[in-house]
Amino acid sequence: MSCFCLSSLAKKLIMSISGAFLMVFLVVHLGANLTALFSQELYNEVCHFMDTNLLIRVMVPVLAAGFAVHIAFALLLTFQNFMARGEQRYAVAGKSDVSWSSRNMFVLGVIVLGFLALHLFHFWAKMQLQTFLGLMGMDAVPNHDPYTLVRELFGNPVYSVVYLIWIWALWFHLTHGFWSAFQSMGLNNANWLPRLKVAGTVYAWVIALGFSAIPIYFLFF
Amino acid sequence: MIQNMEKKGLNLTLKIWRQENARSKGSFETYQVQDISPDCSFLEMLDQLNEKLVDKFEKPVCFDHDCREGICGMCSLYINGRPHGNDSGITTCQLHMRHFKDGETIWIEPWRSRAFPVIKDLVVDRTALDKIIQEGGYVSVNTGGTPDGNALPIRKENADLAMDAAACIGCGACVAACKNASAMLFVSAKVSQLALLPQGRVEARERVTRMVSKMDELGFGNCTNTRACEAECPKEIKISNIARMNREFFVARLQD
Amino acid sequence: MVKLDAKIPAGPLADKWAQYKATQKLVNPANKRKLDIIVVGTGLAGAAAAASFGELGFNVKIFCIQDSPRRAHSIAAQGGINAAKNYQNDGDSVYRLFYDTIKGGDYRAREANVYRLAEVSNNIIDQCVAQGVPFARDYGGLLDNRSFGGAQVSRTFYARGQTGQQLLLGAYSALSRQIRKGAVKMFNREEMMELVLIDGKARGIITRNIVTGAVQRHSAHAVVLATGGYGNVFFLSTNAMGSNGAAAMRCYKKGAFFGNPCYVQIHPTCIPVHGDYQSKLTLMSESLRNDGRIWVPKKLEDAEALRAGKLKPTQIPEEDRDYYLERRYPAFGNLVPRDVASRAAKERCDAGFGVNETGLAVYLDFADAIRRLGKDVIEARYGNLFQMYEKITDDNPYETPMMIYPAIHYSMGGLWVDYELQTTIPGLYAAGEANFSDHGANRLGASALMQGLADGYFVLPYTIQNYLSHEIQVPRFSTELKEFDDACKSVQERINKLMSIGGRCSVDHFQRQLGKVMWDKVGMARTKESLTEAIAEIQAIREEFWQNVRVTGERDEFNPELEKALRTAEHLELGELMARDALLREESCGGHFREEFQTPEGEALRQDADFMFVSCWEYRGADQEPELHKEPLNYESIKIAQRNYKE
Ligand SMILES: Cc1cc2nc3c(=O)[nH]c(=O)nc-3n(C[C@H](O)[C@H](O)[C@H](O)COP(=O)(O)OP(=O)(O)OC[C@H]3O[C@@H](n4cnc5c(N)ncnc54)[C@H](O)[C@@H]3O)c2cc1C
Ligand code: HEM
Ligand code: FES
Repeated sequence: MSCFCLSSLAKKLIMSISGAFLMVFLVVHLGANLTALFSQELYNEVCHFMDTNLLIRVMVPVLAAGFAVHIAFALLLTFQNFMARGEQRYAVAGKSDVSWSSRNMFVLGVIVLGFLALHLFHFWAKMQLQTFLGLMGMDAVPNHDPYTLVRELFGNPVYSVVYLIWIWALWFHLTHGFWSAFQSMGLNNANWLPRLKVAGTVYAWVIALGFSAIPIYFLFF
Repeated sequence: MIQNMEKKGLNLTLKIWRQENARSKGSFETYQVQDISPDCSFLEMLDQLNEKLVDKFEKPVCFDHDCREGICGMCSLYINGRPHGNDSGITTCQLHMRHFKDGETIWIEPWRSRAFPVIKDLVVDRTALDKIIQEGGYVSVNTGGTPDGNALPIRKENADLAMDAAACIGCGACVAACKNASAMLFVSAKVSQLALLPQGRVEARERVTRMVSKMDELGFGNCTNTRACEAECPKEIKISNIARMNREFFVARLQD
Repeated sequence: MVKLDAKIPAGPLADKWAQYKATQKLVNPANKRKLDIIVVGTGLAGAAAAASFGELGFNVKIFCIQDSPRRAHSIAAQGGINAAKNYQNDGDSVYRLFYDTIKGGDYRAREANVYRLAEVSNNIIDQCVAQGVPFARDYGGLLDNRSFGGAQVSRTFYARGQTGQQLLLGAYSALSRQIRKGAVKMFNREEMMELVLIDGKARGIITRNIVTGAVQRHSAHAVVLATGGYGNVFFLSTNAMGSNGAAAMRCYKKGAFFGNPCYVQIHPTCIPVHGDYQSKLTLMSESLRNDGRIWVPKKLEDAEALRAGKLKPTQIPEEDRDYYLERRYPAFGNLVPRDVASRAAKERCDAGFGVNETGLAVYLDFADAIRRLGKDVIEARYGNLFQMYEKITDDNPYETPMMIYPAIHYSMGGLWVDYELQTTIPGLYAAGEANFSDHGANRLGASALMQGLADGYFVLPYTIQNYLSHEIQVPRFSTELKEFDDACKSVQERINKLMSIGGRCSVDHFQRQLGKVMWDKVGMARTKESLTEAIAEIQAIREEFWQNVRVTGERDEFNPELEKALRTAEHLELGELMARDALLREESCGGHFREEFQTPEGEALRQDADFMFVSCWEYRGADQEPELHKEPLNYESIKIAQRNYKE
């Protein structure tokens, strides 16, 4: 089976499974975030739950691995695809009628990645990581009021705008990625393609609007 | 409709990729053609340019072509950023000059892919596609001794879907259009055709495994599902074939 | 005079082939490995033959001029393939297919061959289905059929409008399988330039690699020529640009007799010529005649107004339209054979009733069919053809009638072969359109695909063994032999000569000139005068060509001008041979129409007493007239009659 993982179709299968996994994660993450719109206590409680629940604790490294795999294969695929064109490239850029996102998945992914780093640094490092360190008996500064942290950060318009850029990059990534993942897994046909595209668009909007609601809320209220 | 009015000839500037042979470096040359009838085909326009070049003792522009009716798959050409030019569901030989405006500049490039090296000017080597078919794009029956044609009824829907896929002319426009120079549409069309028919099911697993690994080996890219292949395929072959190939491949490999 | 032996097996017609197979000699598997066969051409005939030889265990080398075997011109056949399956229960049988083919060919084909063709037609369908060819099916999942010109039963199997493509891809897939196995070696972009004879037997070929220009040698125990037809002698035809009669001519010059060169078919439903720059003509499948009605205006003034663009065809009232095929041939109507339909169109246009700016077109009208069946049905049947028509002409055939005119389409003539498909050169076989074939003076629609595949899958794999069984002691030939040296040298010289002329006119200029003479004087209507003139004119063009052709580029590189020049040089001789044959044949039959020989109603008038033979031409040197040999045609099972499509 070793060569299986390196075949073009398998690489895409891995890409699609990791992508789908990340899409599920986004839903859970969004669910947790949205509670901040309702009350400080609720949000802090959810955060506490997230920090201590065993399942979540097990899932964190899995999630990290998911990202790592997705990113590693993104690099591999993008590199191979670039090479496949050959040395001499077209003088006139492709004018075929294709969706913009689909041609720019890597760039979109990199934007997402850039934000991810920022995000981990600003939130995760000060929230969940601290609890984890604490649990492991190391020096830690557990955060008992993450709500306030969020509030402060998003009160900064620059930060909020950056966050919004990320969300819309993600939106593009997802409008293509959603149905594309099904296609890569072989779960598509002429009848299902339009349905999956609708579902993907709905999903992308829910995620994007959901995540946008938080900085906007904190910026204006 | 009946053309009553005088048709005006087109004057065009052509930027054409010229390359002596596979080893040499190529570049774009500029040519002018005058008074091209809007009713003539793109290749007939190039014929006229070539006659002029021969007149001047210059080497004519080489391009592949044969049937000139959109079925042999021999003509190629990447015209103004699109394989087979700016019209859908056709090959270059079926592209007519009425799709161009007087005074326009037209860029003509060969198919670009690592798996399709340029042989000369606009001519590329597409034998990679043959090699993929040789890996399993067939049903292993010898001549003779086959059952009656009607012994095995086939659902019309499947026969029609198989025909849709079988319509592929092997021109390579899918590879040329794809930003990844991927041959998925081509390979999946053959895999699908045979997977949909009971005759082809017998070897379906070996076929898909071997054809995909050959495709990878020859240096074609992966699929990002941009659907450029589908948009440019002169026979309008659908990416649902790629999904079917993916299914076939995973199931085949799971059973190994 | 050489005695031509067609080697027709004895016995009753229906048993001949079975008898042949039962008694022929075979080659055992161990010996097959030691025998090499060269196949030139990857069309239906060549690909099917090479794949079958490979399966049997022979070593095969196969050649084509395109970049892939899948692009042979067979790919372009649209309409379908005949077989006597009688799936429709409409009274078809092997005998009826045989009878229709002989009658369609105007009693100029060899009975035994045609019967065998009809007999194996059914195996072809089975073979193709087993290969995964997606033939059209009905809702019950069984194979569907359509009807075609020249037959009163529905026996044509089809795959949308792409039957040739699907059949060729089937043969190509079988070929690919053998290539993978190593049994067949493929040489693409490699053009056969010369046949090599050793002790009078075909033992190899010389080729030119189209990419590098290298002249190469290949030896074998037998050579099969499956290089397609020579319609392109006419310059404008429905054939692909690369289709050529050059390979057959090169064998002719080595001693293979050329059979019936004057028999070419003119297809009635092609898109009319539209300009001087035109490079080829596009066929609209004959199947369109199933639902389309052909007409021209009844009144000359209407025709004039239509030509000038002052009237539209839809404005001509029903009573002013002349559905001339329905009028003249009530029983077959629009479904008369091709030669009849083509001549009828020419007759109307010559009389001044033609339409289109040029006056060289008639209407093919679907308005009735759309009214009767609905646009959806018509679209399902002919959608891709209509779309193709619209792409080319910018006219929408759902709204305005199509315009069509006859064009050169197929060559019934070709290398003369016996019952075993062997030419007069031992060890040289000819298959598919390249041989003089089973179609007599006219081919019925959907029969060329049948013949190509019959030759390739079901005839040659048997008959070639009868020859090779005598060759098992013969070791492989070295390509260093003197015969190869000589052949190579003659090819090099020909190429050098062409490259050195450096004249004033392009190759196309000469091919176009030749084409014009052929179309005007050796085309749909021929006369003694026109043919005599044609011969003189062709000779003049040929002379001019060898003095004044300009071939640019180098000999050792990819050079399409040189390729064309080499082919045109042969066409310039073939054209003359065709004219000679047409001049000799003082009768009208099938595709060969001599104006001197027609009934008062303008139908073809055969002269059975004098011309019931195959004319076989023997080459006797560049400046000599070829010598005629006759293979008499004996009809034992069929009663000969005047062809009649009226009742
Ligand atoms: C537009 C069109 C539509 C048709 N529709 C039908 C139809 O519906 N039904 C039907 O029965 N028939 C039809 N026909 C006729 C039929 O397609 C052909 O007669 C038949 O396919 C010929 O097959 P072939 O194998 O003899 O030759 P081809 O398919 O012509 O193949 C010739 C091969 O020879 C090779 N070759 C030629 N010269 C050389 C050389 N010097 N060296 C090396 N290789 C060479 C070529 O590369 C090619 O591979 C149609 C023909 C045309 C033109
Ligand atoms: C939350 C984060 C992410 C989610 C939900 C996500 C989701 C997806 C999905 C569903 C796909 C479609 C897979 C397929 O076509 O089969 C995809 C493709 C892709 N992703 Fe992501 N992704 C995320 C982050 C990233 C990151 C950080 C990168 C980094 C570079 C990235 C790069 C790519 C690339 C390049 C592709 C296209 C691969 C190809 O088909 O060639 N993604 N993603
Ligand atoms: S030349 Fe045959 S498809 Fe264009």
